[in-house]
Amino acid sequence: MPEVLKAPLVVEFPFTRSLGPVQSAFLTGLRERVVLGVSTRDGRTLVPPVEYDPVTAEEIRDLVHVGITGTVTTWAWNHEPRRGQPLDTPFAWVLVKLDGADTALLHALDAPGPDAVRTGMRVRIRWAEERCGAITDIACFEPYDGDDSAVTVHAGEFEDPVHGIVAQARLDYTYSPGRAQAAYINALAEHRAVGERCPACRKVYVPPRGACPTCGVATSEQVEVGPAGTVTTFCIVNIKAKNLDIEVPYVYAHIALDGADLALHGRIGGIPYDQVRMGLRVEPVWTEGGRFPDHFRPTGEPDAQYETYKELL
Amino acid sequence: MMREIAVIAFAQSDTLRSTAEVSEVEMLMPVLHDVVAQTGLKTADIGFTCSGSCDYLAGRAFSFTLALDGVGAWPPISESHVEMDGAWALYEAWTKLLSGDADTALVYAYGKSSPGSLRDVLTRQLDPYYVAPLWPDSVALAALQAQALIDAGDTDEPELATIGARSRATDNPRAQLKGPVPQGDYLVRPLRTGDCPPIGDGAAAVVLAAGERARELCERPAWIRGIDHRIEAHSLGVRDLTDSPSTRLAAERAGAFERPVDTAELHAPFTSQEVVLRKALRLDDSTRVNPSGGALAANPMMAAGLARIGEAAARIHRGESDRALAHATSGPCLQQNLVAVLEGDPR
Ligand SMILES: [Zn+2]
Repeated sequence: MPEVLKAPLVVEFPFTRSLGPVQSAFLTGLRERVVLGVSTRDGRTLVPPVEYDPVTAEEIRDLVHVGITGTVTTWAWNHEPRRGQPLDTPFAWVLVKLDGADTALLHALDAPGPDAVRTGMRVRIRWAEERCGAITDIACFEPYDGDDSAVTVHAGEFEDPVHGIVAQARLDYTYSPGRAQAAYINALAEHRAVGERCPACRKVYVPPRGACPTCGVATSEQVEVGPAGTVTTFCIVNIKAKNLDIEVPYVYAHIALDGADLALHGRIGGIPYDQVRMGLRVEPVWTEGGRFPDHFRPTGEPDAQYETYKELL
Repeated sequence: MMREIAVIAFAQSDTLRSTAEVSEVEMLMPVLHDVVAQTGLKTADIGFTCSGSCDYLAGRAFSFTLALDGVGAWPPISESHVEMDGAWALYEAWTKLLSGDADTALVYAYGKSSPGSLRDVLTRQLDPYYVAPLWPDSVALAALQAQALIDAGDTDEPELATIGARSRATDNPRAQLKGPVPQGDYLVRPLRTGDCPPIGDGAAAVVLAAGERARELCERPAWIRGIDHRIEAHSLGVRDLTDSPSTRLAAERAGAFERPVDTAELHAPFTSQEVVLRKALRLDDSTRVNPSGGALAANPMMAAGLARIGEAAARIHRGESDRALAHATSGPCLQQNLVAVLEGDPR
């Protein structure tokens, strides 16, 4: 079996999310070292608070100030903290029912070891030194024997309330393209283009993805195509992409490689952008050490007749 | 009278820790061909196609559209997708057949967990305001549930070990973990590696057919007598983690409690979750639970729930069961649950 191609793939996004009035009050409260819950009509206090009663779906807005001490309702010892988790030393995940609350909040408990943790133990919030209005304003919980529960109605009004959070996400993957695409990528590195022919409809797919989308069967017969091809259609790009050092305007085109039944896309170079046309004959250009063509340039042949590529538009 | 709808074929891939040498569609296609071939149909004969998968596993948007290449989606087909386990795709297909819009449906699901770090990936399904920023991983959340069960006296660590061992004592050739597997060290206490599902890549597919069409295409169709799915509050702290009222309600609506079932295929990725489900579904020792090994033997994300329905149906096809319950779950700590009741014709 040929070597499996692999490359790191990072998916990272800062999701900006807006907060409703209850979430805003809760997270602003954390910034001010105050914990707010919300009261349901039947008298339960939900912490963390939500805007709609999870049982009745009724809108709820009455904020209640609950304690910063509470009781562990269940726990799990995490001896190997993972990236992004609240503590980088071993800790317990805990659900904590804060004094005055009827539901539990998920967070981390800083404790010396699993023997120091039990359901029913008393804990207190340890605040983060720098707080911005996020759940991480609670650095973690810590064991606590005292009692400073103070439960009062709170207007939930603060100066400069937090209206949104940025939910950072980062996931790391190892991308593998699979059999068909790996063969295509490997051939490109040798300055060749290969497609795969469908055993049923005989179409040659470039780049191959391993299946004929029309027939729903595996494409297995490898076919050498190109290297030259025909521009079937194109567009002129006028906006410079981030981290891309190609001057605008430039042309991005669909190119039907000779012998292929599907056009692939690529950038056209070596010709002024306003002279690119349908039917233009082009060939791939590899840069020094490049594993794939950097762009396509005119071959100098006469243009292809429309009849020869109209099925590939 | 509602239309009678049956599962008439089931196929699945091996579940493997890594399938880097094939793309998703390359992994999926043999399963699709297998399941359709069992019915004698051609893909073009299928009235409706529905799939379940998740972009976060691959780290690519609209990844399901590439998998669609495997079904031959041209000329245009009637097709849909759920960003969920394929069991929910099956539910959608079932409603489509009920409506009379189609007589047959292909349902497939696949997931490759190997490209990413599954425990981290699954944190992205959590509440983004209060929970996801803490990155509690799937094992940690299941461990909180397990400890709640232990505190409530519903189970203990030795019983959990027994569940893991029984699940992996399966002869299912598609399973990833089979035979004696050490209970292992704590992953997140109280859960040990043996209490947790293997991480694997795999695919599953079923074909549904309505009424007489099902009888024509399958010797002993697995009739779906009832199917229902329910969801619980997103916030874990609102829920009683030792119970699964959503499973109980779905089972009730699916008719599971009307008569005993001889087989139950439960999607319980963690040993502790089988304890919760057995209680919610009122299963005793007269029901054979997870002869396939369940999710503890193979847990291809997004396909494992559909595989439970497929496994239950296949036992009816083979005459090894007359009335089976299939369950699928999604989300942390059994947040969402689907229950189907399948029956074969009397023999
Ligand atoms: Zn074809």
